[in-house]
Amino acid sequence: MLSYILRRILQSVIVLLVVGLVAFSMFRFVGDPIEQLLGQERTQADVDRLREALGLNEPFVVQYLGFLGRAIQGDFGISYRQARPVAEILLERAPATLELALVSGIIAVVLGIALGVFTAIRREGFAANAIMTVSLIGVSLPTFLIGVLLIWFFGIGIEIPVPWGDGTISTKLFPTFGRGEVVDLGWWTTGLLTESGRASLVLPAITLGLYQMTLIMRLVRSEMLEVLRQDYIRFARARGLKARVVNFRHALKNTLVPVITIIGLQLGAIIAFAIITETVFQWPGVGLLFINAVQFVDIPVMAAYLMLVSVMFVVINLIVDLLYVTVDPRLRIDGGTA
Amino acid sequence: MTDPTHIPADPHEETPLAPSAHRPSRWRAVWDGDLAWSFRRSPVALVAALVVLVMVLGAALAPLIAPYTPFDPASLNLFNGITPPFTANEFTGDYFLFGTDDQGRDVLSTILYGLRISLFVGVMAVLFAMLLGITLGLLAGYAGGWTDTVIMRVADVQLTFPSILVALLIFGVARGIVPIEHRADMAIWVLILAIGLSDWVQFARVVRGATLVQKDREYVQAARLIGRSNGAIMFRHILPNVLSPVLVIATISLALAIIAEATLSFLGVGAPPTQPSLGTLIRIGQDFLFSGEWWILFFPAMTLLALALSVNLLGDWLRDALNPRLR
Repeated sequence: MLSYILRRILQSVIVLLVVGLVAFSMFRFVGDPIEQLLGQERTQADVDRLREALGLNEPFVVQYLGFLGRAIQGDFGISYRQARPVAEILLERAPATLELALVSGIIAVVLGIALGVFTAIRREGFAANAIMTVSLIGVSLPTFLIGVLLIWFFGIGIEIPVPWGDGTISTKLFPTFGRGEVVDLGWWTTGLLTESGRASLVLPAITLGLYQMTLIMRLVRSEMLEVLRQDYIRFARARGLKARVVNFRHALKNTLVPVITIIGLQLGAIIAFAIITETVFQWPGVGLLFINAVQFVDIPVMAAYLMLVSVMFVVINLIVDLLYVTVDPRLRIDGGTA
Repeated sequence: MTDPTHIPADPHEETPLAPSAHRPSRWRAVWDGDLAWSFRRSPVALVAALVVLVMVLGAALAPLIAPYTPFDPASLNLFNGITPPFTANEFTGDYFLFGTDDQGRDVLSTILYGLRISLFVGVMAVLFAMLLGITLGLLAGYAGGWTDTVIMRVADVQLTFPSILVALLIFGVARGIVPIEHRADMAIWVLILAIGLSDWVQFARVVRGATLVQKDREYVQAARLIGRSNGAIMFRHILPNVLSPVLVIATISLALAIIAEATLSFLGVGAPPTQPSLGTLIRIGQDFLFSGEWWILFFPAMTLLALALSVNLLGDWLRDALNPRLR
């Protein structure tokens, strides 16, 4: 068990070193840093002096180690476009993204498991079939299109004719732009404490969580159907246990192993898809920052984002793998080759 | 259904198993085969194939069948701007099925031209990913040893990251390398490169797995005995036997590639406005939603949705038809 954990940690460190190498190569070989820092008016002496000062004459390996050392201390250099330290910009933007990811993650997991169990138990029911059909469209719908359609229906709104009052009601319910009013807690900014902040969160969170929700739902459903066929479930029913106990205590518990893996991997996907959601809703998070960096070839921001996201992914994968071993005792015997 | 990647064997090199005169025609054999039978039996697959066929034809024949030429400034009439769909313009009397945008461009025509870009990028990216993935997968499976380790480790690392993120990164780096004056013309090729590179892992994994199964079979040993080169054994003998799962992955990848292209273009880092794909059109259309011109967004969006859904359904059907155990 211990050797397995150590091996997994070693693997994660290697992955991070490789990603670091990619990020560093981006710095070193895409565009010339001298070009970025010195203008048109420069002498060869300026160039030489700057090359020496920046350490560009050192061997590649020394430069790489220097880059890693600074990255570990949170120094990712200066953004070409904003002329401010990248770490500072990232810290400023992180709360917006994390809040959005957290809320949509909770929506996806809670609704996904609930709907998955429902559609598995009421397999033949009309509601279950309707949910399954809609979810098929949900899987094919690109994230950005979900966002745009939500903006259309609930941000701009459509007038629905009704026979009372003014004759129509509008579906314009939520803001579609930015975070609303934010409360600054010093090291963290949150929109959860204000009315407009919470309202602004609704559409982006649904957009981001919908795809993950359908995935989790479909997975829970197929796993549940598999488990419900097993003998021990029949036996539990024969013992006269209540349907609720059978479904949740006996069946759902045993479907959770693959579900945990998928949820873990989907957390990473949520961070990646946040890029799209943030662009659609102009949500001032890290993803929007990254898109702007790609548009303007702001290499330090891209490299820092890459490093940050890979640390997150690697940690999530590690936790999922370790959880897996804890949840499923069968994997402990051979040390888990998966 | 013919396979575009299949290279017909050289008749001087290998004797066919049966004299071809006694065999039914190739088309007949395909039509009578299990695949075609299952295709004719599946209404979903038929409808999806029809939708894809109509879109491919529409894209291929766009210059001939598009009612207007949307990217020729001389043919645009500003009086035609913002014409609602299914009506004639009140000033000029011109009729636009899906309406026009603010510059008087016919939405239907821009969709047909946009489909060209979307399908071209999608197909080319999948072909590129296939080429890369199949080659590396064959190599990893057949050579084994450290070649296998290196290739599959790289694949594992890449698989840790969602492909849209990988594509965005490659796109950003490639833009940094391409000189600024060529960025607009190179955008399409950079897109193909980025999406293709982000998608090869699936192919490599499947091909490697299948190659591991095939490489100790008797026919491979026989080929080795008669002194065929390693390259010939990999591509002429093993490859045809590992292709059917590749076909399934290619179809599903095509749907993903089309969506990835649309997403990148929507984010403003894909096809440029001078050569808009469906994603670019949706990006442009979004701005008009707020002033009530819904059709500029609606029709491109529905086209994209129908295309992605149909290709996905075809992929599902193909998977079930080729391998009933996976259902």
